[in-house]
Amino acid sequence: MHWLVRRAIISFATIFTAITITFFIAVAEPINPIQALASQMVYQYHMSWSEAYSIAKTMAPFIPKGSPLQQYVQYIVNFFRGKLGVSISVATGVPVIVILAHAIPWTVLVVGTALFISFGLGTLAGMFMAYRHGSKLDSGLIVVFSVLRSIPNYVLALLLLIYLGFQLGWFPVRGNIDINGILALKHGNILGFLADVLWHATLPILSWVITSVGWWALVMRGSTISVLGEDFVLYAKARGLPERRITTTYIGKNAILPIFTLLMISIGFMFGGAVIIEKIFAYPGMGYYMYQAVINKDIYLMMGAFDVIIIAVIVSLFVADLAYGFLDPRIRRGGPA
Amino acid sequence: MTEARASSQTAPRIHIPTPRERLKWFIHDWVVVPLKIIVRNKKALFGFIVTLFFIGLAIFGPMVLPPPKTFVCPSEAPPSWQHPLGCDYYGADIWTEIVYGTRTVLEIAFIAGVITTLVGIAVGMIAGFKGGKVDAVLMGITDVLMTIPGLPLLIVLSFILRNLVANPVLAPFVVGAILSVNAWTGLARSIRSQVLALKQREFVEAARALGMSTSYIVFVEIMPNLMSFIAVNFIFSTIGAIYSSIALYYLAVLPFTAYNWGIMLYMAWNNMDWQTLDAVVGFIILLQLGLFMFSYAVDEMFNPRLRTEI
Repeated sequence: MHWLVRRAIISFATIFTAITITFFIAVAEPINPIQALASQMVYQYHMSWSEAYSIAKTMAPFIPKGSPLQQYVQYIVNFFRGKLGVSISVATGVPVIVILAHAIPWTVLVVGTALFISFGLGTLAGMFMAYRHGSKLDSGLIVVFSVLRSIPNYVLALLLLIYLGFQLGWFPVRGNIDINGILALKHGNILGFLADVLWHATLPILSWVITSVGWWALVMRGSTISVLGEDFVLYAKARGLPERRITTTYIGKNAILPIFTLLMISIGFMFGGAVIIEKIFAYPGMGYYMYQAVINKDIYLMMGAFDVIIIAVIVSLFVADLAYGFLDPRIRRGGPA
Repeated sequence: MTEARASSQTAPRIHIPTPRERLKWFIHDWVVVPLKIIVRNKKALFGFIVTLFFIGLAIFGPMVLPPPKTFVCPSEAPPSWQHPLGCDYYGADIWTEIVYGTRTVLEIAFIAGVITTLVGIAVGMIAGFKGGKVDAVLMGITDVLMTIPGLPLLIVLSFILRNLVANPVLAPFVVGAILSVNAWTGLARSIRSQVLALKQREFVEAARALGMSTSYIVFVEIMPNLMSFIAVNFIFSTIGAIYSSIALYYLAVLPFTAYNWGIMLYMAWNNMDWQTLDAVVGFIILLQLGLFMFSYAVDEMFNPRLRTEI
């Protein structure tokens, strides 16, 4: 079978399995969505219980009925028709798919930019260290990168938010955009709008870049050092090839191949980490809504957000796999993957 | 030792080690050499000392210090002789809270590390050794679990299992088990590929030709070659478990049962109590850095190639 087709089938099976798992996990927890909404309204608007309950009951037509198996079949059928149910308590009455469609671009913006910057900077730094391995600069950088690597990203996010956000006031402390950006967009000032978006995205991106650049650098350093000793590098030098060609084509390309697999693992880690980073910065991406849904017992939004995060991860993995296939011809021939 | 006894019949002058000599060798192999390795490598020494410090803190700290109490000092009082790290918003000593938190954080991390490592070894060994359909099924499950992003899965699971987690006795075990749900996949995959490579080696084929049992081949012939890898992975899974458990407690999706750094982080954040927050953040980074550096030491200790240099 063509490796692409096989990969596509596996991706699809993974999405299906994950959706099934989330569904049964959510059903295992008997939450009455109407009661959850009513108790939230009592808490939020100080209504009486009977009043809140009668309003919450208007949500009843949106809640599936029947045995778990019937509900499961219905959920799967609806899922592939693009219907993920209706949000109960986070944004009452709004279809989950609408909420998530607004959230996805923000998460992709932050996670994608952070991954791109940290991967680029980290691999460059790692190669640089490998060429000077054993020097004072190298061992100093190892210590610096080990410290950065040991900081959990949410811990750094909290520190950045407190010191650069609250105390120095250099960056906004919450959200993805404010009134200046919206006004700029209304007046057709695209640059002003983009500047506002980037200004809001800076701290979330920084908290990922700073904490993962060390990891990439250390891994790339090890990988490059192992390539440096290879016979083909020595042979290329003996042939008198220009230094630049040896570093890019001979060493760089071979050293980065094993790193590429780690890129795939890191994609999943970063999309998952979005839950906590976006919660800290109140940045309305998928992770933010997922967290809000769990806290407010909004079952359909929770399942929808989880499913969409999984799909985002699996699609990114698929794209990364495609790129890997072009980088490494052995994969295309269907060798041991 | 079976080889030694077998050959002693043909060559009677061979020396059979006495128990005393064996003890001497054991001490040399497991105490002297590891210590030499640690002292030689500065990073490893740092990691070893920090790890030992935290383990000591977790075991002996709660025996020496009384449990943290609120309103023993002014709210957010600066550091002093009685309160080396100052006081938190509720007037409790931050250092005492950190010490009691260390125990629960390490407890959860250790349990999660053990479960992750055992499941990873079992799945990887079985898949690599049996091959065929068993391998295909196990690796299929591994691949699916591997792609499900960890933190969201953990959040959903802790939400579902929060009644179990609310039990203070069960809590570390349940949280540890939750944290290992898909943490073992990476280890299982690497163990499998290592077993596949080792299976082809001459010494395993020789053992099989001699009619040795599968368990003998797995535990005596293959396992020692993977020890360094497994030990380093154990440390990395504890690092991962600390990351996730503190995140889950900080997000308040797990019920608060005992003192935990994640809960301190959550409280400090809600009260805008920067003094407590800085202290907790400092200890989290120190612990993670110490464990990471300690993994260098463990790698050298278990790696036969690096050992011979001593």
